[in-house]
Amino acid sequence: MNWYGLKAIYFHEMDRMRRTLFQSIVSPIISTSLYFVVFGSAIGSRITEIDGVSYGSFIVPGMIMLTILTQSISNASFGIFFPKFTNTVYELLAAPLSSFEIILGFVGAAATKSLIIGCIIIGTANIFVDLHILHPFIMIFFLILTSVTFSLFGFMIGVWADNFEKLQLIPILIITPLVFLGGSFYSINMLPEFWQKVSLLNPVLYLVSGFRWSFYEIADVSIYTSLITILVFLFSCLGILIYSFAKGYKIKN
Amino acid sequence: MNQILKIENVTKKYNNNFKALDNLNLNILKGEIFALLGPNGAGKSTLINTVCGILNFNEGSIRVNDHDVIKEYRKTRSLIGIVPQELNLEAFETVWDNVNYSRGLYGKPPNYKHIESILRELSLWDKKESKLRELSGGMKRRVLIAKALSHEPKILFLDEPTASVDVELRKDMWKIIKRLKSKGVTIILTTHYIEEAEEIADRVGIINNGKIIIVDEKNRLIKKLGQKILKIELSTNILNIPEKLHSYNLKLNNEGTVITYIYDTKANKTGITTLLTELKNHNIQLKDISTEQSSLESIFLNLLKESEYELVRS
Ligand SMILES: Nc1ncnc2c1ncn2[C@@H]1O[C@H](COP(=O)(O)OP(=O)(O)O)[C@@H](O)[C@H]1O
Ligand SMILES: [Mg+2]
Repeated sequence: MNWYGLKAIYFHEMDRMRRTLFQSIVSPIISTSLYFVVFGSAIGSRITEIDGVSYGSFIVPGMIMLTILTQSISNASFGIFFPKFTNTVYELLAAPLSSFEIILGFVGAAATKSLIIGCIIIGTANIFVDLHILHPFIMIFFLILTSVTFSLFGFMIGVWADNFEKLQLIPILIITPLVFLGGSFYSINMLPEFWQKVSLLNPVLYLVSGFRWSFYEIADVSIYTSLITILVFLFSCLGILIYSFAKGYKIKN
Repeated sequence: MNQILKIENVTKKYNNNFKALDNLNLNILKGEIFALLGPNGAGKSTLINTVCGILNFNEGSIRVNDHDVIKEYRKTRSLIGIVPQELNLEAFETVWDNVNYSRGLYGKPPNYKHIESILRELSLWDKKESKLRELSGGMKRRVLIAKALSHEPKILFLDEPTASVDVELRKDMWKIIKRLKSKGVTIILTTHYIEEAEEIADRVGIINNGKIIIVDEKNRLIKKLGQKILKIELSTNILNIPEKLHSYNLKLNNEGTVITYIYDTKANKTGITTLLTELKNHNIQLKDISTEQSSLESIFLNLLKESEYELVRS
């Protein structure tokens, strides 16, 4: 294991983040506050409670998931796309690093950033509503698992994309719709039966539901189903990545 | 002397099926300065990049210090430093961070003293807190060299290191190369400037169309294949070269005071004696004569012509 190499990639990535620190921290705070104003106050005043939880509190887990998912994907995909774009990727390829170490470095840094942002959102949310987290360890476990999984997914997109359009394509076309339709801001029980069935095909629903369960013990699907879904997704991403690198798929040419 | 790099029957095809390296063989000796000479598109960068692991290759084997570059890539790559042809660097990082980052990638623990001495040697110490994008082209080249040396490699590849580089940097670079050589580092540089190879290389290899055409010691190569130039200074100027001497392909300078004659040292008859006799017969008075070794440039051009000629024939 090339520990110094792994460390170098990780801190190099974290450094890039530090340079945009203001933007990294302020933007989730602002968007969280906006969600609270728009959904929490405007809509929440009309919706009283969902399963015994105030609407303001209800949307917190979904909001965190929404941000974690999009941030993980964009950080990790940009992280590996950037050296390809600037042609500095030669350095990673020429160094005595295994693909596993490269993945670990980039995905680790992206996931760390997501976790930090997740904590910031929880802090911000705490200003607006009184948060009681019933299962903090399960909550953290979900947070880490989701950050890692979607950072891996983002890394795959970054390896695959050879221009900026492709980099944005999957997040915009697939991830954002799935997240918004994944019950972040509502319980699927509020939907007509047909759309409830359709929603069950959306993997993000399982994530949000499990995560919300760790806060309030309310869920659209069983917590185990949620756990299995995210684990399956994690190992699929890992499997595809390792397989394609083993097949000789290089980050460049 | 033992071989530190062994390239055997290596073929590299790009995606469009174009063979950039065609069954190429090359051995590099430990501690030498080797110049890989070839026109643009010959495959120099491709060759370097396959050795360093930046590109995959299709057939053949490459061994560095007797380790396979694919199976034992950790061992081989940690020995190698590469200064790429293009000036690609990140934009917002500082020189200091970026050079230390390179060392880390190669699995070496931090050594700020070492990095400092490299930066000082490359006149980058004043710029260590500068952002990379603020640097001029020459300075960027210096940073790339610093990065390549950051992990104390045993083999250093320099891909067209002096392309669009100022005199100052060229001097610094030669100094560094000589210091590295004295420490036993093997240096392989590519260039299409022949003077460069002539100036510092121990051995020269010529590559064209993905094939090595010839490899030899620089001096032997010049001797073996070289032509010499005979310069004849005249006491009184002449207007033109006598008809009878046209077969010698002589050239007369503008003032009509110097005749030059190019001859092949390998040939049985150099033609010098007969030429001088003829000149005497034409009552041309000689003031002085001298000979010059022909440059690698002419050798290079001749070889390329020959290899093209062979291609046409085969
Ligand atoms: N990515 C690529 N795809 C297809 N052909 C390439 C690529 N890179 C280089 N080539 C071709 O391979 C040949 C060798 O290129 P290169 O190794 O860069 O030459 P040199 O460094 O000697 O100038 C050239 O004909 C070039 O056009
Ligand atoms: Mg080149």
